[in-house]
Amino acid sequence: MLNIKNLHVKLEEEDKVILNGVDLAIGAGEVHAIMGPNGSGKSTLSYVLSGREGYTVTEGSATLEGTELLDMEPEERAAAGLFLAFQYPVEIPGVGNMTFLRTAVNAQRKARGEEELSAGDFLKIVRAKAKTLQIDADMLKRPVNVGFSGGEKKRNEILQMAMLEPRMCILDETDSGLDVDAMKLVAEGVNALRSEGRSFLVITHYQRLLDHIQPDFVHIMAAGRIIKSGGPELALEVENNGYADLLAEAE
Amino acid sequence: MDGVELEVRDGVDRETIETVQAMSGKYKHGWETDVEMDYAPKGLSEDIVRLISAKNEEPQWMLDWRLAAYHRWVKMEEPTWAMVSYPKIDYQDQYYYAKPKSMAVKPKSLDEVDPKLLATYAKLGIPLKEQALLAGVEAPEGERKVAVDAVFDSVSLGTTFKKELAKAGVIFCSISEAVREHPELVKKYIGSVVPPTDNFFATLNSAVFSDGSFVYIPPGVKCPMELSTYFRINAENTGQFERTLIVCDRGAYVSYLEGCTAPKRDIPQLHAAVVEIVILEDAEVKYSTVQNWYPGDENGVGGIYNFVTKRADCREARAKVMWTQVETGSAITWKYPSCILRGDDSQGEFYSIAIANNAQQADTGTKMIHLGKRTKSRIVSKGISAGRAQNTYRGLVSMHPRATDSRNYTQCDSLLIGDKCGAHTVPYIEVKNNSSRVEHEATTSKVDEDQLFYCRSRGMDEEEAVALVVNGFCKDVLQALPMEFAMEAQALVAISLEGSVG
Repeated sequence: MLNIKNLHVKLEEEDKVILNGVDLAIGAGEVHAIMGPNGSGKSTLSYVLSGREGYTVTEGSATLEGTELLDMEPEERAAAGLFLAFQYPVEIPGVGNMTFLRTAVNAQRKARGEEELSAGDFLKIVRAKAKTLQIDADMLKRPVNVGFSGGEKKRNEILQMAMLEPRMCILDETDSGLDVDAMKLVAEGVNALRSEGRSFLVITHYQRLLDHIQPDFVHIMAAGRIIKSGGPELALEVENNGYADLLAEAE
Repeated sequence: MDGVELEVRDGVDRETIETVQAMSGKYKHGWETDVEMDYAPKGLSEDIVRLISAKNEEPQWMLDWRLAAYHRWVKMEEPTWAMVSYPKIDYQDQYYYAKPKSMAVKPKSLDEVDPKLLATYAKLGIPLKEQALLAGVEAPEGERKVAVDAVFDSVSLGTTFKKELAKAGVIFCSISEAVREHPELVKKYIGSVVPPTDNFFATLNSAVFSDGSFVYIPPGVKCPMELSTYFRINAENTGQFERTLIVCDRGAYVSYLEGCTAPKRDIPQLHAAVVEIVILEDAEVKYSTVQNWYPGDENGVGGIYNFVTKRADCREARAKVMWTQVETGSAITWKYPSCILRGDDSQGEFYSIAIANNAQQADTGTKMIHLGKRTKSRIVSKGISAGRAQNTYRGLVSMHPRATDSRNYTQCDSLLIGDKCGAHTVPYIEVKNNSSRVEHEATTSKVDEDQLFYCRSRGMDEEEAVALVVNGFCKDVLQALPMEFAMEAQALVAISLEGSVG
């Protein structure tokens, strides 16, 4: 599904290297988690994959089902099936959540040469999906993320994911700012979307999210590289011992 | 502010993007219609004023009125206080009257009008058949009807739904026809809101206005459909000087829409219109404009110079007026739709979206003149600047000594796209009594990169993303527009900003 090879990235504005040779291969239907201390480059990886400006790729590649992502505009990556659930979802005043969703869904359908969803069909689908995430009608009408609580924002990201049906989902610290109940709800939403044809990359600081979204593989990132990979037990090791030992081992 | 609440409609913002996509291409209405025209000789003189009056078969009092304005105008100076700059206009180097030859013999109905002219409006998406259509938005059976007065250069081609309106006692016709058919009404009200001496451009208009619309709603009548006038400039090097007069008698109501377009031409063209609205006791008028004159090219070559005087007079108690304008076109916009709140407890509202892209310059706003007791006004202005454009909000709120216990609320927001454009806010506030309250809020912001990236990461391209964010910014005003216009306006917002990012 997603194949990252020897990815080197620096900031566009200053000569600061953030990613220093990332290698990662995610197969179809797999759930991978990336953990790592602050400043290790986890969020940068998600931004570079989704095409945010401000970064320069100096070396390496990232392909989605064989197609090079790094040459594409952000909207082309989205239409190709990539989705990033933001750590800090952005507020868009005056734009109804429903309008935003429908515009996004139809933009992607159009880019793929599919017919756009009619207002009626769209409404039916969005209502059904919102219900499972406990998103009420009021939240669908309000402007995108404006005045949403932390939990509402994250649930809204998952709703977008559910509507856009991406093949490769990246969750950037989706657990940050959530209480236990909210996290559970979000995790259930994600689990409901797990399928053979859909892969996940879950970026998190903490093991606790991984109790709810169980990964197939766990990677530890530090100083812009993946320093260790393993199974779910690796996350537990971090939880119990912190990153210090792993970092020392990698030195 | 109590009593002056926004009416919120469902679905105003739906289908934004489809409409945008359906209207792809930069300036959509830049083509011209190839028809033979009769021109008055170039330039402006007393003879030209007499000729226009004669062409319209006017009575002597109307000619005298025009001539008085003309003689005053020749002694006046063009105003320079607005934040716009343009080459000096040579008033002798253009035509003041242009009429399609086929209109020489006045058609009895629209069916007799030259098909070429009718095709012009069909192409613009303006329904001249008596169907429930407007602005290319097809409405299903049974939806609201809209009556249209189609003004082509200097003449009105005709007005739809006249009979049906007449049944309700509503008069809707061209102003030239009104001068002939309803002189007592015209004589009573013309110049009573915008006197012929008002300002340079209004005085010019008073001398040479050739056509425009006239509306009279009798006491207690709620106009059975929306009325609209669609102005099209087609002839080259010709100014358009239309005059609109709306009289809403006691307890009556009307919603009026105005649209405007012009072909792409390298030489700027002058448009100096006057709109006067008289509102009597307990009556209410909503006046909405989508102004889409040709804005000139990316380098500021060509376009319409739009110098317009619009004013509503809430002449008696509890009269209400609401101006809504979406200004996307014109090379130069100089326009301040105003409210004279003369009657006690009268109310004025002004909602505006002004977009200036490339080399456009807009200096627009409103005047709220509070004369009566407990009068209320509300101003919501959204200015959007992109490219190298300059966008100025200029507004006056004046509370006179008699206007005790009056209120004004002003909200003035500017949005900048890119770093070469400018936004300016020039509020004038005068309060001459102790019991009135004036509030002014202003913000300036830039289109946020994070918002655009968020939209793009969900699959929208950059222009769709800008359109969505900007439509969100304008939402308060878009909601104030009638539905059909709101759709068109949303699409226009997107088109006007094409090429403003990246």
